[in-house]
Amino acid sequence: MSKKDTENLKDVVNQAIDSQQVVHVKLKDIGQKDVDIDKLTRPSKETHQEYWGRGLSYLAIGLIILLVGSIIGFVGIHGLATFFRDHVNLWQFLSSTDWDPTSGPNHVGALVMIVTSFLVTLLSALVATPFAVAVALFMTEYASKKAASFLQSIIELLVGIPSVVYGFLGLTLVVPVIRAIFGGTGFGILAGMLVLFVMVLPTITSLTVDALNAVPKHFRQASAALGATHWQTIARVVLKVATPRILTAVIFGMARAFGEALAVQMVIGNAVLMPYNLVTPSSTLTSQLTTQIGNTVMGTLANNALWSLALLLLVMSLFFNILVRMIGKKGAK
Amino acid sequence: MENLSPAFITTFEASERALTTEHLDVLYGGTIQKLFDTSLQFKKNSITALIGASGSGKSTFLRSLNRMNDTVATVNGKIMFHGLNVNQANINVYELRKSIGMVFQKPNPFPKSIYDNITYALRADGEKNQQKLATIVEESLRAAALWDEVKDKLNQSALALSGGQQQRLCIARALALRPEIILLDEPASALDPVSTSKLEDTLKQLREKYTMVMVTHNMQQAARISDYTAFFHLGHAIEYDTTTNIFTNPQGAITEAYIQGSFG
Amino acid sequence: MTEHQKDRFATGVIYFLVGIVVILLAGILGNILINGLPHLSWHFLTSESSDFQAGGGVRDQLFNSVYLLVLTTIISLPIALGAAIYLSEYARDNWITHLIRSTIEILSSLPSIVVGLFGYLLFVVQFGFGFSILSGALALTFFNLPILTSNIEESLKGVSATQREAGLALGLSNWKTIRGIVVPAALPGIITGVVLSGGRIFGEAATLIYTAGQSGSLVDYHNWNPLSPTSFLNVMRPAETLAVHIWKVNTEGIISDATAVSAATGALLVLVVIIFNLSARYFGNKLYQKLTAAK
Ligand SMILES: Nc1ncnc2c1ncn2[C@@H]1O[C@H](COP(=O)(O)OP(=O)(O)O)[C@@H](O)[C@H]1O
Ligand SMILES: [Mg+2]
Repeated sequence: MSKKDTENLKDVVNQAIDSQQVVHVKLKDIGQKDVDIDKLTRPSKETHQEYWGRGLSYLAIGLIILLVGSIIGFVGIHGLATFFRDHVNLWQFLSSTDWDPTSGPNHVGALVMIVTSFLVTLLSALVATPFAVAVALFMTEYASKKAASFLQSIIELLVGIPSVVYGFLGLTLVVPVIRAIFGGTGFGILAGMLVLFVMVLPTITSLTVDALNAVPKHFRQASAALGATHWQTIARVVLKVATPRILTAVIFGMARAFGEALAVQMVIGNAVLMPYNLVTPSSTLTSQLTTQIGNTVMGTLANNALWSLALLLLVMSLFFNILVRMIGKKGAK
Repeated sequence: MENLSPAFITTFEASERALTTEHLDVLYGGTIQKLFDTSLQFKKNSITALIGASGSGKSTFLRSLNRMNDTVATVNGKIMFHGLNVNQANINVYELRKSIGMVFQKPNPFPKSIYDNITYALRADGEKNQQKLATIVEESLRAAALWDEVKDKLNQSALALSGGQQQRLCIARALALRPEIILLDEPASALDPVSTSKLEDTLKQLREKYTMVMVTHNMQQAARISDYTAFFHLGHAIEYDTTTNIFTNPQGAITEAYIQGSFG
Repeated sequence: MTEHQKDRFATGVIYFLVGIVVILLAGILGNILINGLPHLSWHFLTSESSDFQAGGGVRDQLFNSVYLLVLTTIISLPIALGAAIYLSEYARDNWITHLIRSTIEILSSLPSIVVGLFGYLLFVVQFGFGFSILSGALALTFFNLPILTSNIEESLKGVSATQREAGLALGLSNWKTIRGIVVPAALPGIITGVVLSGGRIFGEAATLIYTAGQSGSLVDYHNWNPLSPTSFLNVMRPAETLAVHIWKVNTEGIISDATAVSAATGALLVLVVIIFNLSARYFGNKLYQKLTAAK
């Protein structure tokens, strides 16, 4: 700025100040209040307010902790009764395919449900991941803002669709097609996996989008500036940086699949049969629970055995939780 | 390490002091000390400017005075107010803050109407008399030199005001509680020159009735409106004197260097 | 392959996969709406469901869903708000807070069937509430709390620290600052969170089949006495919701028009989710504009 400009600027500011000159008011009443020193050492309204308010918030959080504690406690006690009270062998529970708890403690083998649950979970996540990553890449690296936000709202909508609706679609669309192609009933792991695929796809996608968006823009710019192609930038920089969080996204998807009950139960067939192929009826932990808990009497072995399945579900959900944390910690390093 | 012992620290008669700190230390996270052994006296009905480089502990010091640092820092030492050490566990900080108001760097009006901004704390305090509230609103706004600009739109959102008006509203909001002391942390740093000048005018007027302690990074501003100036360096109050002396005849070499650097 | 060919190839693969997904999504939404909407008549919404024959509606299920949603929100909102206030305003950054956060995460990742079974054990059996709206609402509260709490916490955290300082510097208590300044400023986000979680509750079935039950009872919509067993407001009566209804007609399959009824109910649920999603955004934005209006 030249000297003249500076002078001009000064003038402008001074004029502005002059034209807005504050009218000096005489301060009348308003002035300091006499300080009541005693007040400073006594509790006041605010002190009590704070006490109760804080108390309320502690109460609320305490309630939630109590709640989680009691869920784990209740399910734990009932689930373990099978082993401690009814003396079912834990190894047998995990490795036998003989599931007929009404016939006695030697017929409590949950392997069918365990295998089926893991199969539908792994398969659906395996199929959904490439699609989810592709859609997420499209939304963050290729699409216009508008297209991306449109896809985003569709995906949010799909996350929100009730699982029974997915189950119903599986029942009316997927099962008949499988039946037509492979024969049999159409119920089974394939149907369950396809339904779960659709259900976890939006979950994994939206978390992957978050993961990709968290990669700083300047990483991409730096890579592009070095002459990398778009794909090189994505593969070597973006995906690499985002990998831990994408893994987390997949695990969240798997957790959702593993714990999903009704949608799977509607298409899996619910027969406790070892799945030798993907198109014969089988049973997951959740589907067995859903269909059988109403048929058993509290306190019986048959009932406790089901609670053991619930406990297994709970343990797996804790396991997924821990896995997410471990990846998070690794990623932070 | 340079010698950071105080070059000169002004003191006042006991009857003239509005607020006094004695050997104030502030530690963040229990271990990281950012303010050292600060003993300053603030004179009634005066404006004291706190100057010093960014990070020298001015805000840390200021926020300790009305116990705003309670949750983030450990403050050791005494803060004497009307003969009472208010840096003690049994002090009612809510009442203290009503007597020692504070205005921040960025104007922070509530997303409520102008009227509600000023009356909110009073109503929370139990004041229900509408007539009295209206009077206080007018007086506070007049005292903050904002009345004429907003008297016709008291029910409009405070967020619609300009930055300078918002800051004066924040002053009016503090005045409504009729405090004795007002702490200001770089109150003009987010304002344009015109608003700054208005704000300074307002502060100069308020000196009649209030004691003010103001952090500023603007040397001209300190020179224009303050009566006393304290210079902070690396968490130490190095020098405290009349503003005239600090700017014309600083005692410490660091003070001199800082002031020359800032003006140069 | 050169780098450019690779780039072209990768782009092609991505577009191909996205294409499949788009067709899939469009197919799903289209299928639900096209098959369901034609059956979704006023008669369907206002007539009783039938257990055996075709031609039933979903009047009671619709009411039950709404009633459960309202009750659950009334029970869970204060708790979630309190817990969120604790987490965002009072909690210090220490191991206890970490533990509490993990606890909430665990609750949010529990399979809803497990939550339902727990509700069955505790409310239906232990407390003797039986299959009832009350048991259902309490179980749904468990299901709803973690998500709602973290949504509200996010909204509270979004309020600038300078607002809290402003309140505290005026001698307000923390609590008054939170209640009078922080929460109102966070209200748009809180409302969005409540509405979105409402959508989840509305469509939830696994939590309810063993708590609120799978059948309805005779309901009299003119009986406003909540203590009367036939009153629509009675919380001790068993209540099948829309989502449970879909599940039941498809797994028990007695009525001949199960597919049509499910399609219509499914379309209804999806419509409600869409409405919830849109209104969450709309009200959130509206309120935000109102609060920050520069007028
Ligand atoms: N909440 C806090 N936690 C930890 N350190 C802080 C905090 N606030 C300020 N500090 C540190 O204390 C020192 C003094 O800061 P401050 O008082 O804000 O300086 P000034 O206001 O003079 O610019 C700085 O080094 C700053 O990083
Ligand atoms: Mg500062």
